[in-house]
Amino acid sequence: MKIQEADAKSLLVAQGLPVPPWAVARTASDARAAAERLFSAGADQVVIKAQVLVGGRGKAGGVKLAGDPAAAEEVAAAILGMDIKGIIVRKVLVAPAADIRHEYYLSAVLDRAARRVLYMGSAEGGVEIEQVAEERPEAMTYLHAHPHLGLQDFQARELCFALGLGSHLKDFVRIAQGLHATMIANDADLVEINPLAVVRETGPDGGPVERLQALDAKITLDDSALHRHPGLEELRDLDEEDPVDIEARAEGLSFIRLEGDIGCMVNGAGLAMTTMDLVKRAGGQPANFLDIGGGARSDKVAAAMRLILADRSVRAILVNIFGGIARGDEVARGLVEAREQQERSVPMVVRIVGTNAELAAEILSGIDGIETATSLDDAVQRAVAASRAQVAGT
Amino acid sequence: MSILVGRETRLVVQGITGREGTFHAAQMQEYGTRIVAGVTPGKGGQSALDGTVPVFDTVRQAVTEAGANTSVIYVPAAGAPDAILEAVAAGIATVFCITEHIPALDMLRVMPMVQAAGARLIGPNCPGATSPGQAKVGIIPGSIHLEGRIGLVSRSGTLTYEVVQALTDAGMGQSTCVGIGGDPIVGSTFIDILGLFRDDPDTEALVLMGEIGGDAEEQAAAWKREHMPETPMVAFIAGRTAPPGRRMGHAGAIISGSSGSAQDKIDALEVAEIRVAESPTEIPRLLQEAGVRRA
Repeated sequence: MKIQEADAKSLLVAQGLPVPPWAVARTASDARAAAERLFSAGADQVVIKAQVLVGGRGKAGGVKLAGDPAAAEEVAAAILGMDIKGIIVRKVLVAPAADIRHEYYLSAVLDRAARRVLYMGSAEGGVEIEQVAEERPEAMTYLHAHPHLGLQDFQARELCFALGLGSHLKDFVRIAQGLHATMIANDADLVEINPLAVVRETGPDGGPVERLQALDAKITLDDSALHRHPGLEELRDLDEEDPVDIEARAEGLSFIRLEGDIGCMVNGAGLAMTTMDLVKRAGGQPANFLDIGGGARSDKVAAAMRLILADRSVRAILVNIFGGIARGDEVARGLVEAREQQERSVPMVVRIVGTNAELAAEILSGIDGIETATSLDDAVQRAVAASRAQVAGT
Repeated sequence: MSILVGRETRLVVQGITGREGTFHAAQMQEYGTRIVAGVTPGKGGQSALDGTVPVFDTVRQAVTEAGANTSVIYVPAAGAPDAILEAVAAGIATVFCITEHIPALDMLRVMPMVQAAGARLIGPNCPGATSPGQAKVGIIPGSIHLEGRIGLVSRSGTLTYEVVQALTDAGMGQSTCVGIGGDPIVGSTFIDILGLFRDDPDTEALVLMGEIGGDAEEQAAAWKREHMPETPMVAFIAGRTAPPGRRMGHAGAIISGSSGSAQDKIDALEVAEIRVAESPTEIPRLLQEAGVRRA
C-alpha cells in the first residue's frame, strides 16, 4: 500500500527523524491559513505540494513556491483540482521552503534476490534516482542489513562518509538508524527520503547553522502485514482509489481496471495475467485483471461479476478457471446466479477445466448468453469475436 | 529419479487438522504420497485420514517417532513463519510452505535459520511439487500429470496446471513439477531448482514459467546458459500486457521503476538461447522443435 507524503513524514517523525513542520490543506483558504502560521513562525517562503500517489508531480506543475499568504492561496487554488497522471489533486502539503545547500538520497528497500534490506545512498539526491543509478552507477552506495542484527552503526558511518557527510556524522547515523526503525515498525517494503538535505537555518545565536532534514518521504507498506498495524490501514487514501478497488478489496478479490472491453475472470494471478496477454495477442483489449483466488465460492464469483459489469465499457466476458482448490461446479453456480441478477446482458465465454469440470458443464449447458469452450486459445478467440460482434451491433 | 519429492519422501503435514490441511492431506495420500505424520499442537495422540496417520504435538516428535523427512505447511500466515522454524529446527530437510500472505519481513528473519539448518524451503505462497507416479506434496491436482522426463519450475499456481495439462495432452511427461511461489521473498529460487534438475539424470528438458516483477528470470537465464547449455529449455513470461506500478495479484508481480518488465525477461531468456512461448499451449511444440520427444 502506498501512502501520501504527509503520512510518510509522520511515520518518520515517530522514529525521531528530523522533518520540517508541515500542514495538509484541502482548500485554498486552509492552505492560506497554514501558510500564515508558517510565515509568522519565521518562514521566508512556503512550498505547496500536491498530495498524489504518483511520481513526477514536480514536472507536472504540482509543486510551487509562494512568498506570502495571498500567493500561497493562489498557488494552492491552482494545484487543487489539477489532473496529475489521471489523479485529481484533492489536498496539498504546505511547508516552509528550506534554504537547501545540498540534496542527498537515502532509502531502505526490500531486496528480493539478497533476502536482505538494502540501503541505498547518493550525494546526487533530489532527482529521479533510477536515472542516477543507470547513468552514473559510481554515484550510488549500497549496503545490506542483516535480518537479525539490523543496520549496524559502522554501516551507517560507511554510508555517511561515502556520501561526503562526515561533518554531520552523528545526525546521519541517527537518521539511517531511524530509517531502519521505520521499516521494521511499520512492515514497510520501501522507505525513501529524497531529498535528504543539508539546509541552512538560523541557529540559537542568530548565526547560520547547517542541519540535515528529510524534505520529502515515500513509504510503501507490506499489504500482508497491515493487519498487525491497525493504525496504518487508516492511511489508505480512499480519495485516490477507484470505488471498484474498494469493493474488490472488501470481497477479497484482486482486481485492476484497465482500458479495454473484454472483462476477465480467472483463478490465480499468473493465469489471470496470461489470460490478459492472450486476449491482447488475439487482437482484443482486456478490461481488467481479476484473480478470484483459490477456493472461490459462488458468492465470490457473483461479486466478481458485479465488479466486471460495473464497467460500462465491457462488451464481453471471458471466464477462465483451472480448478484445483477451486471447484468448477461452484464457479458455474456463481455464474448462473450472477446472470439471473444482472441488469444488462453481455455475452460470456466460459472455460472451466480441472476439478468438477463435468459438473460445471452440466450446470452451464443451455443457458442463454453463455458459450462454453474447452481450450484456453479457443476461449480467448471466442471472447474477442464476441466483443467485436457487440461493437458491430451497436 | 526426480527432485525434492519421490518414493523416499516421508511427509509430515503441519496443520493437518485444519480445513486446508485435511483436504489436501487426503488428496496427497490418494495420489500415493507416503504421509507418516500430522502435527497440530494440542492434538497429539489423535489420528487423521481415517486413522491412517498419527497426529503429534510437535514436528520433533514426527521426526523421531515417525521418521518424517519432508514437511508441508498449511498453517495460517500468522503462525506459518514459526511452523517453518519448527520444521527446520527438528531436522526436516525439505519444507514446503503453501501459506500465502506471510509478511515479507517475517520471511527475511526466517531465511537465515533455514540456511543455518542446511534445510531447503520451497515457498511460501506456492503450490508445492509433484513427481508424477511417485508423490505429490502441496495442492497441484494429481490428475493432470504424466510420468516423463521434463522438469518444470514456475512462480505461479494455476498457470502451472495449465502448462502441465498442455504437456500431458501432448504426450510429454514430467519428472518433477515445482512451484516456487509468487512472493517477493521465497525460500528457493529458479536457480536453486534448476541446479537440482541439472543433477537429476531423469530430467532431460526444462520448462520455466516466469512472470513480471523482480529479476529472478534474468538470473535464471544467465545461470542456465553457463551451467546447462546443452539442456533444451522453453520459457513463458506472464504479464506482457500488465501496466507498470500495479501489483498483479502476487505480491511479487509488479513492474517497478525500470525493472521487472516482461520484455526485459524475454530478452534475457532469448540471449541465453531459451525459446520463449507466447502462449502456454505453444510450449509442447517448442520443446519438440528443441529436440524433445514425446513419451
